[in-house]
Amino acid sequence: MTLDTILILVVLTNLRLLGASRIGASVRTVAVQGILLGLLALLAHHGEPSVSVWLVAVGGAVLKGVVFPWLLLRALRSADVEREVEPFVGPIASLLAGVAALGVSLWLAQRLPLPDGAHSSVLVAVALFSILVGLFLIVARKKAISQVLGFLVMENGIYTFGVALVRESPLLVELGVMLDVFVAVFVMGIALFHISREFDHIDTHELTTLKD
Amino acid sequence: MVLALILIPAVIGAGAFFVRNDPLRRVLLVATAVTHAGLTVACWVWRPGAAAGGWLALDAAGLLFLSITSALFLVTTAYAVPYLRREHDHVTRDAVEGFLFSNAPEATFTGCLLLFLAAMTLVTVSQHVGLLWVAVEATTLASAPLIYFHRHHRSLEAVWKYLLICSVGIALALLGNFFLAVAAGPTPLVFSELVARSGQLNVPWLKAAFLLVLVGYGTKMGLAPLHTWLPDAHSESPSVISALLSGALLNCAFLGIIRTQQVCAAAGLGDFSRTLLVGFGLVSMAVAAVFIVGQTDFKRMLAYSSIEHMGILALGVGLGGAGVFGAMLHAVNHSLTKAMLFLVAGNILGAYGTKSTADVRGVLRVLPVSGVLWVAGLLAITGSPPFGLFLSEFTILKAALDAGRTGVAVTYLALLAVIFIGMATIMLRMAQGVSVRVEPRRESWTAIVPPAVLATVVLMLGVYLPGRLTQLLQETARLLGHP
Repeated sequence: MTLDTILILVVLTNLRLLGASRIGASVRTVAVQGILLGLLALLAHHGEPSVSVWLVAVGGAVLKGVVFPWLLLRALRSADVEREVEPFVGPIASLLAGVAALGVSLWLAQRLPLPDGAHSSVLVAVALFSILVGLFLIVARKKAISQVLGFLVMENGIYTFGVALVRESPLLVELGVMLDVFVAVFVMGIALFHISREFDHIDTHELTTLKD
Repeated sequence: MVLALILIPAVIGAGAFFVRNDPLRRVLLVATAVTHAGLTVACWVWRPGAAAGGWLALDAAGLLFLSITSALFLVTTAYAVPYLRREHDHVTRDAVEGFLFSNAPEATFTGCLLLFLAAMTLVTVSQHVGLLWVAVEATTLASAPLIYFHRHHRSLEAVWKYLLICSVGIALALLGNFFLAVAAGPTPLVFSELVARSGQLNVPWLKAAFLLVLVGYGTKMGLAPLHTWLPDAHSESPSVISALLSGALLNCAFLGIIRTQQVCAAAGLGDFSRTLLVGFGLVSMAVAAVFIVGQTDFKRMLAYSSIEHMGILALGVGLGGAGVFGAMLHAVNHSLTKAMLFLVAGNILGAYGTKSTADVRGVLRVLPVSGVLWVAGLLAITGSPPFGLFLSEFTILKAALDAGRTGVAVTYLALLAVIFIGMATIMLRMAQGVSVRVEPRRESWTAIVPPAVLATVVLMLGVYLPGRLTQLLQETARLLGHP
């Protein structure tokens, strides 16, 4: 599998997320995206991958592809919520917004003054696209679990950006970032559980008591 | 020594989850707070060397913010332990809507509190860009369960907003850090190295990096318009936690911004970054003024006041010159005053059982000591002499005038005046009058000594600035590129 194939697959997973109407399907799509990113980290590396590159890539893939989906699906089951996504913005409109975001990302990536030694501008475009899709999912979906998925997609985009442009970041920092994201999803999962118990559902538009 | 500062609270915090015995856990909490404060004092005497290959080091800015954090933690612990004993294992009636709720297990609370301290300490000593990010995100995660101590739907809403908004914000700061890495090229991402080799940085990327870092950490710091989580989290968490969030956590995020600003200033982007800081500062003050006037919930009022003061900090650094010194002094003063006010607000909430400003009357009679502290706190937080905040706000005003920025100075003064009137109206009305519902009562020592100590220190800082503190503040201001 080449780098470009993976990039196209990442774009497709993003579009699938925008069009998906079932939460379960969305969680599985994010899992696939996580595994793709692990492969991306290995392939995008210059030369023979070192031990730390392997560690980060495999660790990231296991975390994003297996652990997070398991945590989220478990929260979904225990919450016993309806499985529909319930968007504020419907699937067709979401997809159109996604296509527009893809165009903007490609245009932006071409205009960025890339430093020497960076990979193709397509990699940067895909990173920006993922960040935009993540932000869109956070604001355009009602359910708290969809917002967590949006956060993960955004995080994936930032990770892709790091793979594309930052040559060597220290292992300790990589592991620290990974640990933080893991705990973030874990804590959000606990909050999801409490929200479902308190309100009998996980729609965030009910969370509107606090305001001025 | 630097490692000990982080590891002691981290290890004991992790262990506290598993301690079944309540008194033992409380002893551990107090012992850790005292040890941490002791180590911090020791750092003033013997400044520790760098650890972990220069990634962890205590420079002047770090020591300043570490001291604020450690001192506040010690004082709030003294307040928290009796609070935990009172709140232990009983179902409480909600003050606002009257339903019954229980609290989170005390072990979770204590454990997270100590991990929160460890994360904040890590923020103050991190010299590596990535490590600093990891630490700031860790403070969010450790404090989220603390906000959700009272288990009911409003605190749940607050914690969800806090987690999501801050995580997204901090994710943007991570993107900013990647931009910074691109700008740095082969230079290691340690702040001192970046400043030393600022000539080799790629300027357009650095500009974008600063923007993202400012937005990212600014969300956490509560700069308007990114502040939306802050009033909710501060009003729904226990008062002890509100005090720590306002007094210590917001400063930590600010440290992330000023360290990046330091790199920008060294690379010749000082005008760009300072203009942004002045803009965010004034907008934050304006938004706070709008929401303080006529505020109906006194904890939310204090939260908006924090947004105002974060704006003043950004403004001070943005003005440069003496403003940086003023901002650092202001950080110290604001942290102590705001923590004091939140603790007193906790006493008022406990006695009256409401957060509504309209339902609280006659605090001076019902709670004589807390009432006096409440009025003193009002004078202090609005920058009236002889409290410390007068001195620091005046220094920032002087910096604006010295720089010839009359427009900024006038706006700043006008907003301060509006906020003074807004807060005085609310807080004096609460203090005066006669309460028909609540009988005057004796206050327990543990509830009034911690805020009283803080009030005394703020008063002292307005009258006399110790030489060592002045020296540290000047050193910090020099470090940030403005002698």
